[in-house]
Formats: sequence, structure tokens, C-alpha cells
Amino acid sequence: MTILEINNLTKKFGSFTALDNVNLKVEKGEICGFIGPNGAGKSTTIRILLGILKATEGRAKIFGKDAWADAVEIHKRIAYVPGDVNLWPNLTGGEVIDLFIKLRGTNNKSRREELIKRFDLDPTKKCRTYSKGNRQKVALIAALSSDADLYILDEPTSGLDPLMERVFQECILEAKNAGKSVLLSSHILSEVEKLCDKVAIIREGKIIETGSLIDLRHLTRAHLHVQTKLPMTSLHEVVGVHDVEVDGQSYSIHVDSEELDEVMKYVSQYGIIGLESAPPTLEDLFMRHYEGVSVGVGGAV
Amino acid sequence: MSNQLFTKTGILSRFILRRDRLRIWIWLFGLVAITLLVAQTFVDLYGSEEERQAIAETMLNPAMTAMVGPAYGIDNYTIGAMFAHEMFLFTAIAFGLMSILLVARHTRADEEDGQIEMIRSLPTGRLSNLASTVLVMNGVNVLIALLIGFGLYGMGIESMDLEGSLLYGAALGATGIFFTAVTAVFAQLTENVRGTIGFAFTVLGVSYLVRAVGDVGNEMLSWLSPLGWVLNTEVFVSNYWWPLVLTIITALLLVLLAFYLNAIRDLGSGFLPAKSGRRHASKFLQSPLGLMVRLQRTSLIAWGIGMFILGASYGSVFGELETFFGDNEMLAELIAPIEGFSLTDQFIPMIMSIMAMLSTIPALMAMNKLIGEEKKNRTEHMLGRAVSRTRLIASSLVVSIVTSFVMLSLAAIGLWSAGNAVMEEGLEFGTLYGAAMVHLPAMWMIIGLAALFIGAVPKFIGLTWLYLIYSFIVVYLGGLLQLPDWLGNLSPFGQIPNIPVEDMDYMKVSILVVIAMFAAVIGFVGYNRRDIEG
Ligand SMILES: Nc1ncnc2c1ncn2[C@@H]1O[C@H](COP(=O)(O)OP(=O)(O)O)[C@@H](O)[C@H]1O
Ligand SMILES: [Mg+2]
Repeated sequence: MTILEINNLTKKFGSFTALDNVNLKVEKGEICGFIGPNGAGKSTTIRILLGILKATEGRAKIFGKDAWADAVEIHKRIAYVPGDVNLWPNLTGGEVIDLFIKLRGTNNKSRREELIKRFDLDPTKKCRTYSKGNRQKVALIAALSSDADLYILDEPTSGLDPLMERVFQECILEAKNAGKSVLLSSHILSEVEKLCDKVAIIREGKIIETGSLIDLRHLTRAHLHVQTKLPMTSLHEVVGVHDVEVDGQSYSIHVDSEELDEVMKYVSQYGIIGLESAPPTLEDLFMRHYEGVSVGVGGAV
Repeated sequence: MSNQLFTKTGILSRFILRRDRLRIWIWLFGLVAITLLVAQTFVDLYGSEEERQAIAETMLNPAMTAMVGPAYGIDNYTIGAMFAHEMFLFTAIAFGLMSILLVARHTRADEEDGQIEMIRSLPTGRLSNLASTVLVMNGVNVLIALLIGFGLYGMGIESMDLEGSLLYGAALGATGIFFTAVTAVFAQLTENVRGTIGFAFTVLGVSYLVRAVGDVGNEMLSWLSPLGWVLNTEVFVSNYWWPLVLTIITALLLVLLAFYLNAIRDLGSGFLPAKSGRRHASKFLQSPLGLMVRLQRTSLIAWGIGMFILGASYGSVFGELETFFGDNEMLAELIAPIEGFSLTDQFIPMIMSIMAMLSTIPALMAMNKLIGEEKKNRTEHMLGRAVSRTRLIASSLVVSIVTSFVMLSLAAIGLWSAGNAVMEEGLEFGTLYGAAMVHLPAMWMIIGLAALFIGAVPKFIGLTWLYLIYSFIVVYLGGLLQLPDWLGNLSPFGQIPNIPVEDMDYMKVSILVVIAMFAAVIGFVGYNRRDIEG
């Protein structure tokens, strides 16, 4: 079942095109990562999904309803954490959490207390005393204590420390196990990698890649560290091998996933003493994409 | 060691001047211009000694003493004596306000926003920021004092000699320097800028009240108030300089205290404990409406008290009104006599329209709060939940409309209770209240206009304030400045019938209500259609 669907979405601010023909789908029970550098258009997309911004062209639907026209109906079943959480300086965190829960309609008191404990927040402090991380905790607690079907989270962990990030990841996985869907925007790749079933990569308002992590592996390269008995003199000439670094008889190379088999055959001729392989990370994928695109753009100019 | 505490104070001072060049200019220009303009007006209106002596009689009542300070030099009420008596205290308060706002902005506000942390991480001294703020503000106060001093002298008014003029400026500057020091101390004590400004305003307000009570009853009490000190210079009559020595020495001690407190505390902390707040939201804070009220609670209560006191202070002069008007040509020009009505009756519509325009300020703030919230990215918390745009803007509108009604009522009730007490034949509440309430449609038109801007062209929301200021100028000063009628008619307040002197004009008033509703509807439609920034 499709929970969230964006079709040919374009958003212009004056003459500036912030989103250009964006397509995205999130199925039930899926955690979808939405990655891109700052200014790529993640928050703009999310704000259109919330009916706060109006699409210039194209449609965004959540639960099969129009994100702009049926905003209030939709919002009863979603929970949102903004990227930059600004709160009212003279209200306490506890008051804000209660208000947020109330404004959504449903109420889950026991979960609220549990989450406040897990995120280690003092709810009696005024919001003006909270750091960015604490303000984010307030928004996260309010969002996670509600029984939503879809969580829309805009870079929710950018101010959290690693310990709290772990708590956050646990909470998201719990939600997933309960059959909830999540749209998680981020530029922290390791987080997306750990949590997401699917990734959409956005850059300068365009989705440049989308699919499951396995689908995207073809774009990635494995890191190999090999030590051989005999020197490999022409390793850099082998198809699919990149970034060769040699230190005596030990080699560090990047290998295109689809050429891995051929490369291994070549290497084994020289007598492998040691072999370590690091899995392709999303980071590589990300970097490779940017390198590719920016070279292309640079070349055209 | 100790000189390291002040490293780079000079550069920081220049930085403050750069950041505030517009603000400082506006204060400087405003304070100097108003002082000189009023002095000129006094010369024009009260040229003869008899006229001034007549005014002097009316100044001798306790209500006036409480408001502007004790009368002195009454037996020879020169322009200088009269000007200092009627203008000095309010100008001194303006100097206090300026100093409080600017000092708080560069000390605790910057600290709260984390900017001081940035500056401290550079090779600057621990006390440099506070030192440069105090330095700049004292410089600004001295500069404005000199401009006012030489400006008054330069006008060549007989009773305003060089010494008196300079003392007038110096006493104002000293007040500014004093409140610079007070604010500097509170910036160390409190943990946030609201607290800093709140405490400093309280000192200013209490100084005024203590002096008012003291001047009317017990003179010793006035010596507890810094505003009492500067008033005792008796400018243009006795020209005492020594009270300023007292003011400046106290200010110096306070600045030293502020430096000491700043030196021993952690960045970002204060000395007054921030008390722990509620763990849960109250029953009240459960909706956009509740939130809007809650956010403005303190400010609304303060305004309510202020409006009541304002009404009461107008009411308290009602007893003296007939004599007062008989002798005051300036006010007589504002109100031409009409047969069959007492001067009190004629005075009421003007007071009411002033109070209505002042009551519009909190109401307009309540409406425009929605834009402020949007700019701070806080409306998305509501619109991202099950709150419709209509419900959100309607919440603001409801708060605003109720505020307009409550504020105006409080002012009218204040006016009635004080007026009724001092007047021999009493004051009829119904008439008075009606004369106040008839202004509501004009207030609503401005609120409706604000709703329209919020929905359709939010970046022009500032125009609502300009329109209110315009109304104030043309309606309040229109008669005095002899402005053409059509200028007044452009303001909704100019359309309101002068109850009880004129008859009720249902047509005009209904049209205002219709315009207000129409504007609000456009605002609602626009708000439902446009992008919300955050
Ligand atoms: N209200 C606006 N007016 C004009 N430009 C905007 C507005 N909001 C966002 N933008 C621009 O749109 C682009 C995408 O912004 P955003 O969606 O916030 O990026 P991200 O969340 O991915 O960092 C940026 O270049 C930003 O400057
Ligand atoms: Mg963003």
C-alpha cells in the first residue's frame, strides 16, 4: 500500500526553481531515506507534503489524499519533526510536548513519560534554556508519543549526541516493527544506511537516484586491501580498478561492484596473502554521484 | 592582568556603533527634534506673562504634580520654567527607555543569542563587551545632552540661558547614564533579556511612581527615586547641578558592580535563579487560541493595568477641567466650545479617541503576532498538526478583537471611577462607556486590515503600524496643527462621531464594521492560499 506519493513535483520561489520534477514513493512499513546536501530541497519537499507550501506543479499525496487540500485530515495521522526546531522561549518543554500532542488530536500519556526518560529531557525547563539538541528532543518526543501512521522527520538528529542518536534509531525501528512508515531526511549517511529500506537522493532540486540500498550498490565501489606474494605491476590497468595505493606488496584499491569477479581472478594469480574488504558505504555512493555530476556541470561551463 | 579584561574594547565599541547606527540616529533625532519643537510651540502659544501665569495656576493641583513633577518657579512662570516643568520628566523617561533597550540589546540579548560567545572566543577581554556597551551608551547620552543643551540655548529664548540649557541637557543625559548602569547590572543578574528589560523597566516605573507619591505628599520619599533627583535640579529657575553629581556617582557605582558581577560569573549564567516550570501544560494551553493568549499573557496584563491607570489619570483631572480649559489656550484650540455641552463633555470624545488608539496597540500586536510566529518558524508546529489555517488565523483575530474590547473598557472604567470621585456632580457611566465603545469599529478596521496583510501581503504588515501612527497624528494633533479635514477623514478614528457632543452616526460606524469584515475575509482567503514560510 502506498502511503506517500509525489508526482512530478515542481516548486518555484519567484524565478528560482527549488524543486524540479520530483517523484517519490513510500510504501507502508517502509523507512525511506531522503538524502542530499544543504539547500538540495529536502525541507521544501517536506513542507509541500505538509501543505505548508503550495506546489507550483505536480501533486503530493499522503494516504491517497491531497497534501494541500486535505492537510488537516492527513495531519491527524502523521507526526512531523522540523529541521530547525524553534520553540516558545517562555514555555517549558513539558508544556510544549503536551500542546503538540493535543494539537494532533490523539493522546498517549504513558508513552510521553517513557520517551522523556529515554531521551533524558528535563521537561520543567523553559525552552529558552534548551540547546538545539534539547529542542529537537522536545519535537521528537511529541512526534514519537503520538500514534501516527507516517513519521516525517527532517534531519531530526543533527543536534543529538551519539547516545541520543542511538535512542532515536531504536525508536524508529520500533515504529517500523509496528508497521509505521517513515520519511527520514538527512545528510548523515550512516544513519540513513542503518535505518532505511530505500533511499532517494536529491541534489539541486532533482532526484538523481532512488531505490533500495541493494539496487544502488551497482553504483558503489568496494574497498579492498590485498597483500600478494608477487608484485602486481599492472593492477591499475585492470578494468574496474580505481584509486590504487601501493605500499610494498600491499595494495589498497577501489573496485566497481560489477567488476569484482574479474578483478579477484586477476589478483589471485599473484598469490593472496591477506585480503580485507570494506563494504561499499552510502557515503561512497553519495560522493561518486556528486563527483560525477559536478564534473559534468563544470565541464559544460 | 586587569588591562587584559578590556582588550579590544575600542573595536567592539565601533562595532556597536555600526550595528546600531540607524537606531541611535532615530533616538537622537527624535529626542532633539521633539525638545526643540515643543520649546518653539511654547514660545508661540504662551508669549505673554498673563497667559503663562494662568497656566501656572492650573499646574498647582496634585494630579499635575503627580504626572509631571512638583511645580517650581511658579510666581515667575517663565517659558523656561514652564518648559522644564512640563517636558523634563517625560523626556527623562524617554532617555531611560532608550538606554535600557539599547544596553539590554548589546549585553544579555547578544549573550542569549550566543554572539558574545563568538566574541569571547576571539582575543577580546572578558569585560570588553560590557565596557564597550557602557562606553557607547554614555557617549550617546552625552552627545544628545549637548545637542539639546546647545540647541535650546541656540533658540535664543530669553529665559533659557546657556547654563540652564546645558543643565537641562545634562540632567537628561545623566538620567540616560543612570539607566545604562541599572540595565548593565540587571544584564548580569538575570538569565535572559526579558528579565533584564523587565527589571530595568520596573526600576524606571517604580522611580516614577515613588516620585509621584513623594511629590504629592512626602518630599523625603522623592529622594528615593533617581527621577526625583534629576527633577531637583530645578532647571531654568535655580539651576542646581549637585543632584546630577549624586546621579552620576550612583551610576558609576552600579557600573562597577556590573563589571564585578560580569567578571565573576560564567558566560550565559545569571545570579537570579530561573525557577523550574510546569511539567505539564495546563487545561488552558491546549489549542492555538490558548497558546496565543498564553504567549501574550504578561504583556496583555501589563497593558490592561496601563490602560486603566491612563484612564484614571485622565479622570483625575476632570475636577479641574473647567478651570484648566478656561486658561489653556493650547487645549482650547483643540476643542472649540459648543453650546449646551460642558467642557467635560467636549473633552470626553478626544480622550476616548486617544485611549482607543492606544488600546489598538495591544490588539494589533495580538493580530500581528501570527506573522512574528511565522518568521520564527513556529507556525509550522501548528499547521504541521491537525490545525487548519483558518483556525489559526481566527485564533489570532479572536484574541485581537477581545483585546480591543477589554483594553478600551478598562480605560473607560478607569476614567469613570477617577472622574466620578473627583467631580462634584459625578459622571454618568453609561454615556462615558458608550463614548468609548463607539470607537471599536475604527479599531476593528485596523485589525481587519492587519488580517488582510497577514493573508495577502505579509511583508507589508508594518503598514498597519504606520496607519495607526498616522491616525494618532491627524486625529490628536490635527486641530492643533490646523491640518485639513480630509487628512483626518482618511483615518478610521476620524470617522467616529464625537459622542456625547455629536449624535450617533450608525451609517458611518456600520460602514467601518463592514470594511473591517471584508478586509478580514480577504485576509482569511489569502492565508489559506499562500505559502507559509515556517
Ligand atoms: N521561501 C523561500 N524563498 C526562496 N528560496 C527558498 C525558500 N525556501 C527555500 N528556498 C531555497 O530552496 C532551496 C532548497 O532549500 P531547502 O529545501 O531548505 O534545502 P534542504 O532542506 O535540502 O537543505 C535552497 O536553495 C533555499 O535557499
Ligand atoms: Mg533543510
